[in-house]
Amino acid sequence: MAANPIALDVPIPRRRVTLPPLTAKLATGLIIGAAIVLFGLIGPLLVQDPSRVSDVGLAGPSAEHLLGTTQTGQDVLAQLAYATRGSLIVGAIVGVLTLALSAFFGIVGAYAGGWVDEAFSLFTNIMLVIPGLPVVIVISAYVADRSLLLVSVVLAITSWAGSARVLRGSTLSLRSRDYVLASRVAGEKRWRILAVEILPNLIPLLASQVVFAVIFAILGEAGLSYLGLGASDSFTWGTMLYYAQNGLALRLGAWWWFVPPGLMLALFGAALSLINFSIDEIINPKLRSQTRAARRGWRMSREQLRKAKESTL
Amino acid sequence: MTVLEARGLIKDYRGIRAVDDVSLTLEHGRTVALVGQSGSGKSTMARLLLQLERPTSGEILLDGEPVARRGKRLTLYRRTVQMVFQDPFASLNPYHDVEHHLARPIRLHNPKMSADDVHRRVLHLLERVRLTPAAHVARRRPHELSGGQRQRVAIARALAPEPGVLIADEPVSMLDVSIRLGVLNLLATLQREEDLGVLYITHDLATARHFSDDILVMYRGKIVERGPADSVILDPQHDYTKTLADAAPNPDRRLAR
Repeated sequence: MAANPIALDVPIPRRRVTLPPLTAKLATGLIIGAAIVLFGLIGPLLVQDPSRVSDVGLAGPSAEHLLGTTQTGQDVLAQLAYATRGSLIVGAIVGVLTLALSAFFGIVGAYAGGWVDEAFSLFTNIMLVIPGLPVVIVISAYVADRSLLLVSVVLAITSWAGSARVLRGSTLSLRSRDYVLASRVAGEKRWRILAVEILPNLIPLLASQVVFAVIFAILGEAGLSYLGLGASDSFTWGTMLYYAQNGLALRLGAWWWFVPPGLMLALFGAALSLINFSIDEIINPKLRSQTRAARRGWRMSREQLRKAKESTL
Repeated sequence: MTVLEARGLIKDYRGIRAVDDVSLTLEHGRTVALVGQSGSGKSTMARLLLQLERPTSGEILLDGEPVARRGKRLTLYRRTVQMVFQDPFASLNPYHDVEHHLARPIRLHNPKMSADDVHRRVLHLLERVRLTPAAHVARRRPHELSGGQRQRVAIARALAPEPGVLIADEPVSMLDVSIRLGVLNLLATLQREEDLGVLYITHDLATARHFSDDILVMYRGKIVERGPADSVILDPQHDYTKTLADAAPNPDRRLAR
């Protein structure tokens, strides 16, 4: 008996990479995110020295200083460019460290099983219940000379445990799937099963965890810096806000000093969240049909949309 | 010529005896059916025979020698004993295409084979399980195939290392009734061509009788009845086998009533 015929007229698909579909949500997130990253990369090369003081203190935006000056006459645009670079460096370092730590303790532990899993899981749980912010404050207060790297490492150490638990759960479910057993029956080596059969199926989850870690790191660093516990050697969005606060920018009405870093924080956070939502829709396809864009795709009228919304409330 | 033998296998899970003193022999060219209800220990037997789990006691012999748990002799065992899983939707990795699923076992057991030769073997395997045109199927991913097509890919994967013994754990229970016979006939044809020893695990007495030489009936971890297929079905001795045989729809009995 022959199998069902396979359609011949369909062109042979090329090997595809798993990428999320380019929705308006994702496109907006990518454009805003890319613009800010570009500004952080190229900006510092084009502007003047951000620490150079001048006589024109606390002046509003003008042709000479596009975003005005600080109390001591430093150029806000120059500071913003360097601060963007600083904040992105924190985000990148924490993203990479969180990925490495959570993948090691979550995925490797769950895959190895037995006492390794027990030990890794216990360690993860301990790290999870340590209250992050107080520890960060204590460590930051203890070390006098804080570099950007030190602040990033501290943030990473206190934030990886949550993702490790999420990854552990998914790995536990994947390792007992039939296709993993099938590779064992085929005689694959254990590390190769992990790297080739299990890991690719975790990529969307890993990506979403990393994006979340980057948001957390940039916001966390801004919070620390605002409290005066951030990096003492470089500019970040947080340190800009800290200096603006100390210079009484709000009371003096110097909006050009505190609005740009605040806006950058909000925009970058929003961009990464939009990207994260799009990745979440791959992990959980149920979310996709919940969006208005998807419903409109089914050609629903305004009236039907309203009813659909009511029924999901 | 391969003979796989299990002697007095016992498997305990935290106080529950899933498999209780089971012995069986799989010889080349013969099909043995393992019949029983859900939870009777059929699938645990499959896992034990494939060395996915260790038996609590008892031994497994391949050609008269105890099987190895690691190293080169485990590789040889993996090459000789292969499996077709129950659920074709779960046994293929959604991330990889069909070619990957077939090429890996070929590469593992023929490390020196060139890429071209591996590709040719993949296409040949697909043609043997009647998945044509093979070049098109090889590029597909599992979600683009139907249940029956996937199970054919799973059968091709099991045949890739050229095994001597095939363990089929309810290979058609997840498929549409209309395509079950096709997949079973394919398995039977391949078994004759390759001179395979097949362990056909099922709860369907009718197909067990039709496709196998011997039937073992398993109940609560024990083998309660064994013998040639026809005699087990037509002249059941154990109460459980009688219940099973009576439960199967029988048009003659219904007409006689």
